[in-house]
Amino acid sequence: MSTLQDTTNEVLALASTHFKVPREQLTPDDDFFKKLGINSLQALDLLTRIEQHFHIELPDYELQGVSDFRTLAERIQSRL
Amino acid sequence: MKTFQGKTLSWNWTDGVIELTLDRAPCNEIGSATLPELGRFVEALAKLQNESHALIISSARKEGFCAGADLRELYRESQPLAPNERGARLRDFLERIHRVMNAIDSVPLTTIAAIQGIAFGGGFELALVCDLIIADKTARFCFPELRLGLIPGFGGIPRLRRDLGNAVLRDLLLTGRSINATKAQAVGLVSQVVAEGDALRIARSTAAQLKKFDRETAAAAKKFIKPIPFDELRREIEIFCELFERPAVREGLRKFVESTDALPYLP
Repeated sequence: MSTLQDTTNEVLALASTHFKVPREQLTPDDDFFKKLGINSLQALDLLTRIEQHFHIELPDYELQGVSDFRTLAERIQSRL
Repeated sequence: MKTFQGKTLSWNWTDGVIELTLDRAPCNEIGSATLPELGRFVEALAKLQNESHALIISSARKEGFCAGADLRELYRESQPLAPNERGARLRDFLERIHRVMNAIDSVPLTTIAAIQGIAFGGGFELALVCDLIIADKTARFCFPELRLGLIPGFGGIPRLRRDLGNAVLRDLLLTGRSINATKAQAVGLVSQVVAEGDALRIARSTAAQLKKFDRETAAAAKKFIKPIPFDELRREIEIFCELFERPAVREGLRKFVESTDALPYLP
């Protein structure tokens, strides 16, 4: 069973790889919209990759108001 | 006309396969520029159908298949009009898009939607008129209309119910959530999920397979199993027009229009 820290690290790695931002520049409390420079359309792309990576279904309304990696990881963790 | 290059779309006929390619920035929003070209396509389709066995609809935009109706234009153009005129314009737009959708839905050849990225609202509804949906792993499907106080207006509700049944329809319609290609395949919406960027290639390969079958038999099979839900489609237009006049909808559209985000109704 993955811990929240494991999940957070996986999300950071996923975002780093997909959006080509160096991993060391990303921290759990970062606003991913700002840090990755993405809009809501690209956030949906991130959601798709998260669902595929973790083999979960994450309704997008669960992400309303979520903008930092840590909270995103918490939402994922509750579906694992 | 076997080939056409318009401002928002193009089509090309090759060896019995018609390829309709949507290409309007940012993500193929359907409005006053796209609709007349779709109308021209439907006229051409009526002439090409007898020498064709497949139609593929795809997008040239990396952002996705289609983000649906051009709500910014709809709001901007309807805002200065009196309610009666606004209602009449909206109804005319819906009637025209329904004629396009119904024509593609019922054309006697096999139709394939090749989807990447978002197929939202009217884009999802365009995919739903096709006989087969082939989606790559980036695809997402959604009816976001309830977030604006509306329902889908391009025939999506009756067509999704025809294809999948009421429970899946309620989930997508009433929550407004989007689903990915894997989920869409699991519920029976998508026939094949393919690698990122491969939807059109696989659609072409599928169209090549269809050519081996007798055209008239394929058309008869389609006519037998794919009725057009005309009564429900008409009712959908009525409900959409009624809802559109409510102040809450106009306020929702105003917020949408004033946002600079690509998909402002999403989180």
